[in-house]
Amino acid sequence: MRSFNPNDILFLAQAALWTIALSLIAFFGGGIVGAILALWRISTLRVLRMVASGYIQIIQGMPLLIQLFIWYFGLNLLGMDLPALMAAAIALTLYSSAFFAEIWRGSIEAIPKGQWESAASLGLSRFEMLGYVIIPQALRLALPPTVGFMVQIVKNTSLTSLVGFVELARAGQLVNNVTFQPLPVFACVAVIYFSTCFPLSILSRWLERRTHGHRQPVRSA
Amino acid sequence: MAIVNLSGVRKSYGSLSVLKDVSLAVERGTVVALVGRSGSGKSTLLRCINGLERINAGEIVVDGRRVEQNEATLRALRQEIGIVFQSYNLFPHLTVERNVTLALSLVKKMSTAEGHAIAERVLNQVGLGDKIGAYPEQLSGGQQQRVAIARSLAMSPKVMLFDEVTSALDPELKEEVLRVMEGLAREGMTMILVTHEMDFARRVANEVVFMHQGKIHEQGPPSRLFVEPATPEFRQFISSAIN
Repeated sequence: MRSFNPNDILFLAQAALWTIALSLIAFFGGGIVGAILALWRISTLRVLRMVASGYIQIIQGMPLLIQLFIWYFGLNLLGMDLPALMAAAIALTLYSSAFFAEIWRGSIEAIPKGQWESAASLGLSRFEMLGYVIIPQALRLALPPTVGFMVQIVKNTSLTSLVGFVELARAGQLVNNVTFQPLPVFACVAVIYFSTCFPLSILSRWLERRTHGHRQPVRSA
Repeated sequence: MAIVNLSGVRKSYGSLSVLKDVSLAVERGTVVALVGRSGSGKSTLLRCINGLERINAGEIVVDGRRVEQNEATLRALRQEIGIVFQSYNLFPHLTVERNVTLALSLVKKMSTAEGHAIAERVLNQVGLGDKIGAYPEQLSGGQQQRVAIARSLAMSPKVMLFDEVTSALDPELKEEVLRVMEGLAREGMTMILVTHEMDFARRVANEVVFMHQGKIHEQGPPSRLFVEPATPEFRQFISSAIN
């Protein structure tokens, strides 16, 4: 047994890079798939709405852990050898996409019907209405729950330790196993998690201020 | 030749029949006021004209073009038909200028300079040239409604629809909006309006259409209709609307 030392902190910090990398994969992968799903969810085509809604029901109803296992162990059993990073990337992307899609669909549907009607009455196409009238307003509504879910993702990446990733939570466990000093070790882990998530909240606040642009007083000439 | 022609229009929501065989012809350059109690179908009728509501039977023809529920037809048609709503429906995230020019640049593919010139002209026309850089929420209700009128005017529509545009406004703010509408009528704009302003209808409309239970119950020039209402329903409606 040895004591908790600066090298351990370095080890934790390096493991945190995995946490961040996995989170970024989930943000971008989940964001892109989620945006497409959100558009499908509000599509005028019934088949797209049904596909998206079925997909979201299934993904949201399954624990992320089980999804990780399916992609990692399940596909291995079927003879497909998916590396852990690939399995984690797929599982995190699909999992996040379902939640992003629902957050964004809700924000789009929260925009009053009159906005669609007046845009349509001016002759805008559906995509123009979405792009210039509805989505710019929905973004502001979507921001707090989106960032809230992103913070959840950062913390949920700890589940990937069960398919072999030594990310922040797993690294904390390993350090604790050799030092038996859970308080300083996990306090350190907590601080690193916090300092990963806090910038997200700052970013969110900054973006919210920017999208509130029209709420600022206009300086008259 | 009428610019707006409705024949045998029927519309229902499920088992609730809202419009029952409505036919109406609106001549170019005239002002038609649709009046009646709430639930009589007058707003629905108006919204059918630019395809916001789908009709179940009958036919609506605007400027020689049939109102049909497909995107290409509706887009083309809606450039010819302006509509102003009770709740203004300005785009809150855009300036007054951008509210007016958005469709000019997207739909009519105009340059920023062309759009700006039109925005200045129509905003001056509604008396709000100085608010071009403001955001909607910095304006009073009456000003917002005038911007909404300007936004429609910018598209140079052949017909303007007004759906109870003063119902959400204080009496003094109503006046400024009604004055703008009266100006439009004088310039020869074809206008169809749903209104509760009987004085305005009497003064400005060429034709008043009284709707009752999803049908046109009585119809004619205000000079005759308001003086000698033919049906007891309309007589009762005017006396309750004026008091």
